[in-house]
Amino acid sequence: MLDDFFIRAVLAGLGIAAVAGPLGSFVVWRRMAYFGDATAHAAILGVAISLAFQVSIYAGTMLVALAMALAVSALVAREQAMDTMLGVLSHSALAIGLVAISFVPQARSDLSAYLFGDILAVGRGDLALIWAGAAGVLALLAWRWQRLLTASLNEELAMAAGIDPRVERLVLSLALAVLVALSIRVVGSLLISAMLIVPAAAARGLSRSPERMVGNATLIAALAVMGGLWASLHLDTPAGPSIITAAAAIFMVSQAFRRA
Amino acid sequence: MTALIQASGLTILRPGGSETVLQGVDFQIRPGEIVTVVGPNGSGKSSLVRALLGHMPLAAGRVERRPGLRIGYVPQRVQVDTTIPMTVRRFLSLPRRVGDRDAARVLARTGVGGVEARQLTQLSGGQFQRVLLARALLHDPQLLVLDEPTQGLDQPGIVAFYKLIEEVRRQTGAAVLMVSHDLLVVMRASDRVICLNGHVCCEGTPQHVSSAPEYRALFGAESEGTLALYRHHHDHDHDHHHHAGAH
Ligand SMILES: Nc1ncnc2c1ncn2[C@@H]1O[C@H](COP(=O)(O)OP(=O)(O)OP(=O)(O)O)[C@@H](O)[C@H]1O
Ligand SMILES: [Mg+2]
Repeated sequence: MLDDFFIRAVLAGLGIAAVAGPLGSFVVWRRMAYFGDATAHAAILGVAISLAFQVSIYAGTMLVALAMALAVSALVAREQAMDTMLGVLSHSALAIGLVAISFVPQARSDLSAYLFGDILAVGRGDLALIWAGAAGVLALLAWRWQRLLTASLNEELAMAAGIDPRVERLVLSLALAVLVALSIRVVGSLLISAMLIVPAAAARGLSRSPERMVGNATLIAALAVMGGLWASLHLDTPAGPSIITAAAAIFMVSQAFRRA
Repeated sequence: MTALIQASGLTILRPGGSETVLQGVDFQIRPGEIVTVVGPNGSGKSSLVRALLGHMPLAAGRVERRPGLRIGYVPQRVQVDTTIPMTVRRFLSLPRRVGDRDAARVLARTGVGGVEARQLTQLSGGQFQRVLLARALLHDPQLLVLDEPTQGLDQPGIVAFYKLIEEVRRQTGAAVLMVSHDLLVVMRASDRVICLNGHVCCEGTPQHVSSAPEYRALFGAESEGTLALYRHHHDHDHDHHHHAGAH
């Protein structure tokens, strides 16, 4: 079954959806949209470095994304008006990554695969890594669920309960970096943060508790993956953008059914 | 250590600055005591509370909390992020899960029984404040720390609130540390008042504080009201003694 490239693509997409649901919910709750952007854009620099030093793309992107996530997280803790700063970081990271990758001859040809993903080319090894990584991130989020939720709701209340909000921020940064690394081949650097935000935003209006929202976001992300891949197969559209387009379509429909 | 929290020489700097917010503050609160901190806006009341809870770095001095002290805390400004869908019931179970019975009990106690299924964002300011207090009462606190807990409450709500605090203390023996601007009510409800303005201006029994020149300088006209309250009690008391003496 895994011999079929399309089945592999679906499974890879579902692995990403499983993480994008919960993590995307946190991104929406904590208003970290730009944070996701900056981290995902840094992945291109990670690809350039990985190719130049001939290390695994997953390891390279994860390290660079993690460095970016930590840098941004430290800045957010210090400054109040972060919007501009995050915008600067996010776009600079992308531009610097694109410049860096132009120095790596073998990457130039398939640059678009890193920007928009190449889910139909996912191999068995990628699949194993995606699912192992997804399981790891989900376990991390489940373990710290109550603490993450409290810290996201209100840091002062969290501190009073003995929770260190900085630790929870770190946990989310780490989870985000792993997701970015896992998604680079599936939806690509430019669309990772869309994969985080769009399903969670669609789930927001349909959910009355954080757990429901996570469940709904995951379901919507999974539907988007299947819908996008179906379109890609039958209409010959690019897979990554098709997945996000499907998610956006679900978002628009969800707006008609808002409850809260 | 008999005190629940004991602090000495607390000096706190403004976050990200070098000006002092509080200078050389000594503080303690004993079991069952109701202590209220008063002072003008920006006088460092919330900073003191947060430092006592260990949420703020100290530039000097030290704070000792009794090991294992159970604190119920209502911060001054709770901006709950509106993007998180959250019912009152779910909120009470953060971060420690509680049973339905306990949830219903504390909500009823603070006058918002039956709001379990409501979204936090659908509560009025006063209802939300009551839910916050209910949450602080869970887990059997030995000390309640309440930073302007009556903000947004209606007048009967404020009176009922101070009654509730008295009642909680009587039933559970919990101590209460409160920040408040309701000078008149504070003076009646507290065992001890601390008047703060970057440092401790004066402290002691409500009666002592309300007649202290530092307090009167700080609160001006409003302090006349509280002073009158005590003059009245005071005179009354003296009269009583005189009469007793005369007979
Ligand atoms: N996050 C912050 N960043 C910078 N300065 C702050 C911050 N929080 C408080 N301050 C400063 O610290 C001082 C004391 O603030 P604090 O909140 O403790 O006052 P307060 O007595 O609680 O006032 P209020 O009655 O308005 O609640 C103020 O001068 C304020 O400007
Ligand atoms: Mg304050």
